[in-house]
Amino acid sequence: MVWAILSIKVENKPGILFKVTHLFRSRNFNIDSISVGVTEDKKYSRMTITTIGDEKQITQIVKQLDKMIDTIEVRRLDVNNSVYRELVMFKIKVSKPEDSMEINKLASAYSAKTHDAKKESIIVEMTATPHQISAFEELAKKFGIKEMARTGITALEREEHEH
Amino acid sequence: MNDNMIGARALMLALEKEGVKEVFGLPGGANLPMYDELYKSNIRHILVRHEQSAAHMADGFGRVSRKPGVCFATSGPGATNLLTGIATAQADSAPMVAVTGQVPVKMIGKDAFQESDIIGMANPAVKYSYQPRTPEEIPEIVKKGFYIAETGRPGPVLLDIPKDVQQNEGKFTFPDEVRMPGYHPWTDPDIPSIEKAIQLLLTSEKPIILAGGGVIISSAFAELQSIAEMLMIPVVTTFKGKGAFPENHPLSLGPIGMHGHAEANKLMTEADCVLAIGTRFSDRSVGTFEEFERNLKIIHMDVDPAEIGKNQTTSVAVVGDVQASLRIMVKMLIKKAMKKSDDNPWLMHVNEVKDYWRENLKLHPGEMGAAKILRKLREVLPKQSIVTTEVGQHQMWASLFYDVIQPGTFFSSTGLGTMGWGFPAAIGAKAARPDVPVVDIAGDGSFNMTENSLATSVLEDLPVIVFLINNFSLGMVAQWQRTFYEKRMIGIDLKNCPDYVKLAESYGAQGIRAQSMDELEKAIKSGLNSDVATVIDIPIDPEEDVLPFVAPGTSLKDMILPS
Repeated sequence: MVWAILSIKVENKPGILFKVTHLFRSRNFNIDSISVGVTEDKKYSRMTITTIGDEKQITQIVKQLDKMIDTIEVRRLDVNNSVYRELVMFKIKVSKPEDSMEINKLASAYSAKTHDAKKESIIVEMTATPHQISAFEELAKKFGIKEMARTGITALEREEHEH
Repeated sequence: MNDNMIGARALMLALEKEGVKEVFGLPGGANLPMYDELYKSNIRHILVRHEQSAAHMADGFGRVSRKPGVCFATSGPGATNLLTGIATAQADSAPMVAVTGQVPVKMIGKDAFQESDIIGMANPAVKYSYQPRTPEEIPEIVKKGFYIAETGRPGPVLLDIPKDVQQNEGKFTFPDEVRMPGYHPWTDPDIPSIEKAIQLLLTSEKPIILAGGGVIISSAFAELQSIAEMLMIPVVTTFKGKGAFPENHPLSLGPIGMHGHAEANKLMTEADCVLAIGTRFSDRSVGTFEEFERNLKIIHMDVDPAEIGKNQTTSVAVVGDVQASLRIMVKMLIKKAMKKSDDNPWLMHVNEVKDYWRENLKLHPGEMGAAKILRKLREVLPKQSIVTTEVGQHQMWASLFYDVIQPGTFFSSTGLGTMGWGFPAAIGAKAARPDVPVVDIAGDGSFNMTENSLATSVLEDLPVIVFLINNFSLGMVAQWQRTFYEKRMIGIDLKNCPDYVKLAESYGAQGIRAQSMDELEKAIKSGLNSDVATVIDIPIDPEEDVLPFVAPGTSLKDMILPS
């Protein structure tokens, strides 16, 4: 099983997100994460979908997505040659006064920002790879994670090297 | 063209511009503006008694004419009734444009009377769908709809038009061309892969050609025949591909699959290389995927790149319109002066197996056995006649015992397996080809589902023959209950209800009961000469099974034969 990042350029029209996600459902594929937003050209949106499957399944997903009339371009990104990040927010429990300082220290170690520091909790915002997010999550567990929200991965492939 | 008019008028003009001469449909509240403009247009309306039949008629029309058939339905139940027909067309890659009325834009999402989210419901069953929100979008979306429905791998397109979009005035431009950056129906023939395919075919010892529905869709009959004859390769087909190759040709082995010909299934499993053309390797055709591809090199030609590697692993993939690819293959073979002799060991073996099974397959002993009545039909029908089928035992008997001589004259709901498809599809086929006889090979269970299309056939002057193989039961289910459920028979007994002769007559059609070969021949001839639809009720032995039979989830090798 492999993890794949798919970058899908679609027309920026209502109903297309539905069609894309419906395709995953009706073809028995899985969506691991999804993020959507408008591109540099407002006529188009880019969906970044991560999925897990064997090579054959992922090839099929790409082909089936490509076949959709509303998709302009479907690319499977090279995971080793792409910048991929996810935004995550944690609401972390503050039980004792020194927690607050420790959480701040941990956050800055991960280049994360803190918001809404209260007596009971702090919100930590970080942009990182899924791997880094898991690592932070492990460390934050000792304080207690009250809530967590993540956006799903977005990604761009690096430019080819010039020869 | 620039003009102020209402959306519904623009719709009719756009349809006329696409060459539409007839639509199959049924009016209701949300499509009345369309119907009012249909009244004023030159397009013929063919009224159905249930929207499902409108979709099947459009489907039959589309498969025969290779131009999208058009069906109209109102919102809500009208639209949901179309759904089975749309899904059937999608499963069999049939070109269709379905136009539904929808509640006015401001009422959408308010659970209005006869509102259904048909775009949402139909999504996985369409090639494309669109709901215009302004009248000005109509001409372009009609143009796009037809282009999408009929190009590449054909399929159904759904246009869902809110009532106010039909009623409101707009200023219209009718485009001659449309641009769709995400739609590339054609790719240039892949010449290097075609070269490789030829090499593989020439170096294999036991090659076979598997022709699928794609050969029929792209009318690649002549090219297929040239290749088979030049290389002396035997041809099997999928059920959808039945009649892609003349079934009286010496190289024809007939369909493979669950109810394939014994010789076709046997030789398919012995082959070492297959040229598979325009097929999606349905489980009904190939049995288990793993077993099918064992010791078999697969050359897969298809217009749809997503079909390559979906069900089977291929050695060579040739993406592109199969007719274009086969043409190039023919040219290359001519250039290489390639011609194989017919005395190679494989072909001699093929002929032995074929001769053996054609002589020794045990058939039902009764006078009105399925093989006998279907061979009689073949004998009496002119070869250019178009045949449709319903779904069930009669369909598989048709596959086994009705030989298609003129390619592209046999159509069936092979993918979705929709009972009730054959009769309305035959009416649609008749609308497309009024010059040839059209016959629906039917079973009683299937015919029950859309028999009210007799009204359309009679009143719209679209006479077809319903060749009703009547076993008083849901015969295929009965066969499975006999075979797999220790004869616990439930839910299959249809008794002899209705009386099909009286039913036909009550609609103003001709009803004939045929209980002997003699009566059957007379009945078919009477149907061919009739100005109205003819239902030939042919009672048969309800216990007759369809054999050979490859049980679901098993391989073609494990075919059950008549004992």
